[in-house]
Amino acid sequence: MTVTDHRPGRGAAVAPGPGVARLRPGPLLAACAVLAGAAVAAVLVGPVRLGPGAVLLELAGRLPLVHTHSGLTGQEAAILWELRLPRVVLGGLVGAMLALAGVAYQGVFRNPLADPYLLGAAAGAGLGATLAIAYGPDTSSWPVDLLPMAAFAGAVTGVAAAYALGRSGGSRSTTTLILSGVAVAAFLTAVQTYVQQRQSETLREVYGWILGRLTTAGWREVALVVPYALASTVVILLHRRLLDVLAVGDDEARSLGVRAARVRLVVVAAATLATAAAVAVSGLIGFVGIIVPHTVRLLVGSSHRLLAPLSLVAGAAFLILADLVARTVMAPAELPIGVVTAFFGAPFFALVLRGSRQAP
Amino acid sequence: MTAVELRRVSVALDGRPVLRELSLRIPGGSRLGLIGPNGSGKTTLLRAVAGLVPHQGEIRVGDAAGDSLSRRELARRIALVPQNPTVPAGFTVTDYALLGRTPYIPHLGTESRRDLEIVRSVLDQLDLTGLAARRLDSLSGGERQRAVLARALAQQAPVLLLDEPTTGLDVGHQQQLLELVDGLRHDLELTVVSAMHDLTLAGQFADHLVLLDGGRVAAAGPARTVLTERVISRHYGASVRVLEDPDGGVVVIPVRPGNRAGDPGQPAEPAEPQVAT
Repeated sequence: MTVTDHRPGRGAAVAPGPGVARLRPGPLLAACAVLAGAAVAAVLVGPVRLGPGAVLLELAGRLPLVHTHSGLTGQEAAILWELRLPRVVLGGLVGAMLALAGVAYQGVFRNPLADPYLLGAAAGAGLGATLAIAYGPDTSSWPVDLLPMAAFAGAVTGVAAAYALGRSGGSRSTTTLILSGVAVAAFLTAVQTYVQQRQSETLREVYGWILGRLTTAGWREVALVVPYALASTVVILLHRRLLDVLAVGDDEARSLGVRAARVRLVVVAAATLATAAAVAVSGLIGFVGIIVPHTVRLLVGSSHRLLAPLSLVAGAAFLILADLVARTVMAPAELPIGVVTAFFGAPFFALVLRGSRQAP
Repeated sequence: MTAVELRRVSVALDGRPVLRELSLRIPGGSRLGLIGPNGSGKTTLLRAVAGLVPHQGEIRVGDAAGDSLSRRELARRIALVPQNPTVPAGFTVTDYALLGRTPYIPHLGTESRRDLEIVRSVLDQLDLTGLAARRLDSLSGGERQRAVLARALAQQAPVLLLDEPTTGLDVGHQQQLLELVDGLRHDLELTVVSAMHDLTLAGQFADHLVLLDGGRVAAAGPARTVLTERVISRHYGASVRVLEDPDGGVVVIPVRPGNRAGDPGQPAEPAEPQVAT
């Protein structure tokens, strides 16, 4: 049986037709341009202003076989290499991971309010970090700090517990899974608050971590995040068409030949690794995982083929800009970045939402 | 040639028997109308054939046992249009129809030019070409139902299962949709099984009717023999008048029984397909 033979002479010329969600260069280039602009601004602006030309020469000088004299003083070069650049790179990575994980969670749970912290990742990371701050040994001489490792382990454990609980009754419904995430998160938060209250001298440090920050950013943190970021990105981007299939619900996805529960498990695992890695180095930065995917969705539609890659780039740009604001508005003091993402993100989101309602 | 055969098929949902040792043979290229009161097992029968609910007994699809086919293989042989399809709001008609190509696209792959060609041709057949780039949530009920049909046809399965395909459509759109399906069935040599509530339409668009009640086949045969006042009264608990249509076929008209005022009448129509946001 063929459908194509039905009307001879029609449908002969084939280019991706109208309504096919293909990632065209335009939107991707635009998103990358915004990201590049954000990165450049974040590198140049700060208590010590760096000239764009000098920075460019300094960066080019690190390329093999290129010898330049940038004119930056030793102190300025150190600021560039040890403070600004790792912070921009880490901010980009964290923003990209949170936005991509948001897309993944919203996709597999078919719930627009799902965010990367839905299944207990935040509560688990919070408990891990609090335990490390309250009881952990001084690890400043270790190659890797205890705090990010504890937060990472806590986040993964929280989600794994929620998943195991959600599946324990043989249920495959996403509602059961989300509710067990709520239960696990409530329990872990209770334990975390108990530990925090017992060790009240750690309150300030724990609170600062919960609000999120990139102040400690160095290449060590970047190296910690990169492997998870790469693995998660590859897995989620490979599943972007299957996320579209899941949009019709588990039942209809199965009637199209897709094992919905298995796809969900793989995507949630990848998104959880991305979230845990981001949380480990930056604390709990809220709102990115919801606002970035939704803004992109309002601009380009719901197909994950566009949504996943564009949210990745837009999330990086958004968090780099948010961090730039966080460290400049109250300089020399820093605002917690979570405050900035919410303060600027919410009104911007409202504007996009309003615009999309007016357009047909 | 037999398209689908059920041999003593039983299905229990939450321990409650819904289909009881039901046997049915559906010849290839035929039009089967599945009728019966609410809860008689119509939807469950379609879902069992599509491999969506576990069953006892044997279901054969073409020359193979349904259980021996992988999910993808089954999706290439059987396309199901559910009663309340989930219509993802932000999708375009083309992207949505393209989901029907899933059983042919490698697990983590993307669609080929051929997949796009098939989708374009299906949209053309369903008169959806002009709406190809429109978002599903901007479509009317009739257009949306055609989009759902496009997704099912893109599966290129020889067997098409329709669960209440005319739900929520006005009488004109009901007729148009069923005529469209009938034309496609003829052109593409499909076997079509439709669960229907409207008995007159069911009789008009099927060669053969199967009346289910309590998970069993209560009556089967051409419309003229199944749609009688006695059978409908017995299995639906409805008062109807069955009239001969001079052009052939029968017309089923609900009537208010006796002089009882305030009779609840026929059950309310099911709701519109849901739009996921």
